[in-house]
Amino acid sequence: MADTAIETAPPAAQFDPEMVRQVTKLPLVTNNRDFHWVTEKVSGIVEMKTPGWWWIAFFPAAVLAGCCIGGFVYLISTGVGVWGQNSPVMWAWDITNFVFWIGIGHAGTLISAILFLTRQKWRTSINRAAEAMTLFAVICAGLYPGLHVGRLWMAWYLVPVGNANAIWQNFRSPLLWDVFAVGTYFTVSVIFWYVGLIPDLATIRDRATNKVKKFIYALLALGWRGGNRHWRNYEKAYLILAGISTPLVLSVHTIVSFDFATSIVPGWHTTIFPPYFVAGAIFGGFAMVLTLMLPARHLLGLQDLVTKKHVDVMTKIILLTGSIVGYAYIMEFFIAWYSQNPFEQWAFLRNRVSAPFTKWMFDVPNAPYWWAYWAMMSCNVISPQVFWFRYCRQNLWIVFTICMCVNAGMWFERFVIIVTSIANDFLPGSWGMYAPTWVDIITFTGSFGLFLSLFLLFCRFLPMIAMSEVKGVLPAADPHFHPPGHDAPGGDDHSTGLGAGVRMITPAPSTGH
Amino acid sequence: MSDTLTVTNPAAASAVAEAPRTFGIAAEFSSAADLYHAAEKCRDHGFRIWDVHTPFPIHGMDEAMGLGNSKVSLIALAAACTGTVLALMLEFIPSIWLYPLVVHGKPLDFFTVPAFFPVIFEFTVLCCAFGCVFGMLALNRLPRWNHPLFNWERFAKFSDDGFFLSIEADDPKFQETRTKEFLEGIGAENITLIYE
Repeated sequence: MADTAIETAPPAAQFDPEMVRQVTKLPLVTNNRDFHWVTEKVSGIVEMKTPGWWWIAFFPAAVLAGCCIGGFVYLISTGVGVWGQNSPVMWAWDITNFVFWIGIGHAGTLISAILFLTRQKWRTSINRAAEAMTLFAVICAGLYPGLHVGRLWMAWYLVPVGNANAIWQNFRSPLLWDVFAVGTYFTVSVIFWYVGLIPDLATIRDRATNKVKKFIYALLALGWRGGNRHWRNYEKAYLILAGISTPLVLSVHTIVSFDFATSIVPGWHTTIFPPYFVAGAIFGGFAMVLTLMLPARHLLGLQDLVTKKHVDVMTKIILLTGSIVGYAYIMEFFIAWYSQNPFEQWAFLRNRVSAPFTKWMFDVPNAPYWWAYWAMMSCNVISPQVFWFRYCRQNLWIVFTICMCVNAGMWFERFVIIVTSIANDFLPGSWGMYAPTWVDIITFTGSFGLFLSLFLLFCRFLPMIAMSEVKGVLPAADPHFHPPGHDAPGGDDHSTGLGAGVRMITPAPSTGH
Repeated sequence: MSDTLTVTNPAAASAVAEAPRTFGIAAEFSSAADLYHAAEKCRDHGFRIWDVHTPFPIHGMDEAMGLGNSKVSLIALAAACTGTVLALMLEFIPSIWLYPLVVHGKPLDFFTVPAFFPVIFEFTVLCCAFGCVFGMLALNRLPRWNHPLFNWERFAKFSDDGFFLSIEADDPKFQETRTKEFLEGIGAENITLIYE
């Protein structure tokens, strides 16, 4: 990794001859911040007077969220026909939005669970915000299939409970699997997030000066007092949650992809869908994490906690998953040709790919949705390739722009998969084009308002960086840490956990002896 | 313990009945490393009912305190198994017995089990997560709204950058003066008697 600095010649004054092989990584928290600084910085966001920019961001977001809710009220009171879907496009923006949001909701648990198991310590600065983002994205996602049921008051039929008609669900249907997968995912994500919050809520409680605040945070912190006998169970619980969340997060988008893959619709009926959807979910989710964290980092002054290294690593993940997604797009197209299935070929070539600029290759009429397909291709596959260059990973404006492209591209991906496949399928007599109505438009754009309002409220009232975890990865948190220039580490033969001969030589924070 | 409390003033003797019971002694250490070594000494001294309070879990502290493995994993395993069994019942009782539903002409028997697997998996994970969190809280005796340690103003620093050690009066080896001396000996600061 290019960003790992190997310090070969420390200053003579701090040089200890015993430390022959000294290796330091780029620090996770820059500028040698100490524990107290982390507390002050993160709790300060919750304790400070609401800044002006917060209102400037929150007001339009809340208005947009209101539009979303208004659109849903109109839909419930009038009927699901106010949305644009009709035969043959029975799944349209609603399911597109569902898959889009649920995909975004994968980054949080990926960061908290998979990166925890793989001991990626940089996750500590971003996992809390990413998990919160996950929850809000899953809330947005859950709205659409619930409302697509049409008669919302019948949505409880999704849940297997006894009813007067003695009707039971078809447990072999991917749609019911989805209910369980999304329900479990949301519940486990809430639990995981809350467990992580407990020690930080205790910090806010212990600092609260206002009685009402103290009471509320004390209630939420459950009386946490940081005893190691508690930490022991807590860490084990956190590890198990991470362990079970890892297959869970992979299963959720797999099951979402089964909604399509188990059908016989050309363009949906492919075995590549589960890994392709999971990679796409991580891809879109990381882009959304960066979309939110880059402005938050700047506005809240979190540059020492969410460092350029974090951005660098995340853009690399975007590059990797974006390339996997690109491979899947090309492989789908290849298999359509290779299978010699005329319906599959039609779905790809005639419905999606054939564009004015592909005339030199395919001499067929323009596909009705070529603009959506090529928007997806350029945003998801071509745009992230700039992250091969270090300059583009370091320039936050470029990172932000590319993340915006990815956000748009991932929405188009779901639109392409869902709408183009069913608009023109087996029977030419029942082909049709889909057009959204104004209700579609406000219920979709409004969901961004809902998402942002919830995220802004989270930033304002809860510690958005996992303080206890960030403190735990500071050099001074190591029980075998010896500030340089102080007592020599002679006699302390415990391992640092980083391998033989590796010692932290980062200068001491002020909490040292 | 009350036997170490010597009351010389008869006027104060009547107040003893209302005097708060001693919870224990708490002290502060200046760094994670100091607390770690203090914990090792406490363990070797033979204290049993004591704890360290830190803003983050300190790596290796379980060994320094002489604690075994956490029981949360057993609870989580039991909860996960319960979840699997419940999900099997939830799916097979309606699908085979109460409401046999023929879809796509597939058979109704147990051989279609792969199609039932996603729900079994999700439900297992759900129950395991609940077992994990509620098991953790139960083992930690949380939520608990108040605790004698919170009576000590300085203790609020535990969630910021303070490293504390507390030895409870219920510990068989606890003796107010001796324990205090012991803590002084291992480099503790701000040694304070905590009342309930």
